[in-house]
Amino acid sequence: MSHAYLDHAATTPMLPAALAAMTEELAQLGNPSSLHNAGRRARRVVEESRELIAEAYGARPSEVVFTSGGTEADNLAVKGLYWASKAADPARRRVLATATEHHAVLDSVRWLAEHDGAEADWLAVDTAGVLGPAMLATAVERDPASVGVISVMWVNNEVGTVQPIAELASVAAEHQIPFHSDAVQAAGQLPVSLAGTGATALTITAHKIGGPVGVGALLLAKGVQPVPVLHGGGQERDVRSGTLDVPAIRAFAVAVAAATERRGDEAKRLASLRDDLIAQVKAAVPDAVLNGAPSGPGRLPGNAHFSFPGCEGDALLMLLDARGIACSTGSACTAGVAQPSHVLLAMGADEARARGSLRFSLGHSSEQSDVDALGAVIGEVVERARRAAR
Amino acid sequence: MTTLRVLAAMSGGVDSAVAAARAADAGHDVTGVHLALSANPSSYRTGARGCCTLEDARDARRAADVIGIPFYVWDMAERFHADVVQDFVDEYARGNTPNPCLRCNEKIKFAAVLDRAVALGFDAVCTGHHARLEPVPGAGGLTRLVRSVDAAKDQSYVLAVLTSEQLSRAMFPLGDTTKEQVRAEAAHRGLAVADKPDSHDVCFIADGDTRGFLRRHLGSTPGDIVEADGTVIGSHDGSYGFTIGQRKGLGIGRPPADGRARFVLSIEPVSRTVTVGPAEALEVLEIEATRPVWSGCTSPDSPVDCLVQLRAHGEVHPAVCTPDGDLVRIRLSEPARGIAPGQAAVFYDGDAVLGSATILTARAADLAR
Repeated sequence: MSHAYLDHAATTPMLPAALAAMTEELAQLGNPSSLHNAGRRARRVVEESRELIAEAYGARPSEVVFTSGGTEADNLAVKGLYWASKAADPARRRVLATATEHHAVLDSVRWLAEHDGAEADWLAVDTAGVLGPAMLATAVERDPASVGVISVMWVNNEVGTVQPIAELASVAAEHQIPFHSDAVQAAGQLPVSLAGTGATALTITAHKIGGPVGVGALLLAKGVQPVPVLHGGGQERDVRSGTLDVPAIRAFAVAVAAATERRGDEAKRLASLRDDLIAQVKAAVPDAVLNGAPSGPGRLPGNAHFSFPGCEGDALLMLLDARGIACSTGSACTAGVAQPSHVLLAMGADEARARGSLRFSLGHSSEQSDVDALGAVIGEVVERARRAAR
Repeated sequence: MTTLRVLAAMSGGVDSAVAAARAADAGHDVTGVHLALSANPSSYRTGARGCCTLEDARDARRAADVIGIPFYVWDMAERFHADVVQDFVDEYARGNTPNPCLRCNEKIKFAAVLDRAVALGFDAVCTGHHARLEPVPGAGGLTRLVRSVDAAKDQSYVLAVLTSEQLSRAMFPLGDTTKEQVRAEAAHRGLAVADKPDSHDVCFIADGDTRGFLRRHLGSTPGDIVEADGTVIGSHDGSYGFTIGQRKGLGIGRPPADGRARFVLSIEPVSRTVTVGPAEALEVLEIEATRPVWSGCTSPDSPVDCLVQLRAHGEVHPAVCTPDGDLVRIRLSEPARGIAPGQAAVFYDGDAVLGSATILTARAADLAR
């Protein structure tokens, strides 16, 4: 059986250089907060890594706050910036976010609304999943002084839609409102820059770009001080506490450097593979619907996301899995039941279309043979899933 | 042996885990599937008593890991609610006593799940039910259902509603094994569910309070409790709270004049009248059952001497069953007590299931024609 991993948006293989760096560092001793020689050695590794990451993402080293990953960085940004805004001005209770955010943002906003007096203001997106800057401006200008924080993801994790982040951030900046963007999916394939967009905070994570799971960062503009979520030693700018994971941070930096160096060529390569994947799927299943933006600058190079009319997503996934092809239905509940995608529903899809969808995502180890493997079986798989749904 | 593509329904309990492991050991290509039966997974069961919790989904997943088979969760909540939970409520509202496990086998496991499995390319559905399947002697490849070797755990009664077509795609690897042996084998295989308690009661009634569950669904519908001669001796707030043969919880204010215990004889849902009487008034000789399924023999056209079982884990009664269109008339050789409409009458030849039907009415001995 052939094996094709088409789920890089879930996690992508570690780059060999990152794996080597991490393995080497795991054998080393030292807490970067310690004042002795071993501590200083560990601290140097962390700071060199911080500098590499800062440079790659248009930030100063002091603007890189290491976290345990994307979820923690999103929680810190959304809750921490909301709390800081509200502390400065109790009227700033409104939290603006698109309805298509990742659950780390979505559920943080919901939690603030349910437990902390926030007013969740969900921003509508168009049928491609895009939030236009004018839409954001309208929502803000309803009452600019009541907004505590705005969060709009850079690239949607399910359908790959790219938001006009710089324009959205400037709407927020006009009104001096903190603006956060979850850039987890964007960071490996698109030029992501804190300074370049004027955002207040950006979330990135290592395991989507060839680094290890369990480390990420909030790129946090100088002078901005969100209220901490984790309390303790205050290791990261007094904003985030916890002993730094030196091996993971070093591997993160190695992965970022490698991804940045070859980003332009890699994005072209992935976009071309992705376009072939779309063509092969459409050839085998003519009524398959590509969700999100058309190929081009509005869509993440490595993302293809389809609805297959008349199919259940979980049946498709199981049939493809049995044929050695790994992909994703989007989200599942804790028990493992596939849920209709909240992203597609927010983009105006009906429940059947939201249920019958699959995401195929490409990354650095993807090759033509992976795409061909999918193209060879998708027609038969969809036909079978249709019979099962009747 | 032919290698089959087998879908193993895994509840998270010990039986279905060992059944799946045995199917895999037998060389079949096995995929584990946990059925999510509640739209809100934490709502049906607390603790490890049933089949519908997050913990059960996790236990099933771990068992599949240990066995080394792929594992998925299938959302059957809507079908389960419509075909089992709603049917349960409706049957009580009609004055009947339903068996939801039987209905789940009939409508979910060996219908909705089996149909989807077959459409997706599977050959059979494997479960941890305690029952055996064997070829019908001299019936060219037909499969019939036979009691488990563990009489105390035998589940042929709740499977007897399956047609021979359904049985031909079923796999029950535990029928030749006692429950004790199943647990020992689970421990030997390193399955963490080896000591998990057996499930009891109705899986979708979390606290085990069936009457409270029915009251929440059907509301308060007061009516009279009467003697067979019509004398009103008490009242109730919903006839669905009663089952034929029930003695406890009748709430009769004063003791009957003769000082003898009273049992529920009949439930009349329209007038909401519950009739009670002494134990011997429960005795029936003639039963009428409907919707017969003959899986263990060809549909008979003349009276059949057989054994009939009239409730889950109940005793068997020698009887003569006479098919009559969509009905089966059952004549017991000795009176039986407490026969409830809605329950299944299952016909056996020794340990082998001939068929089953749903009890419509039961007549006392002195009314027998």
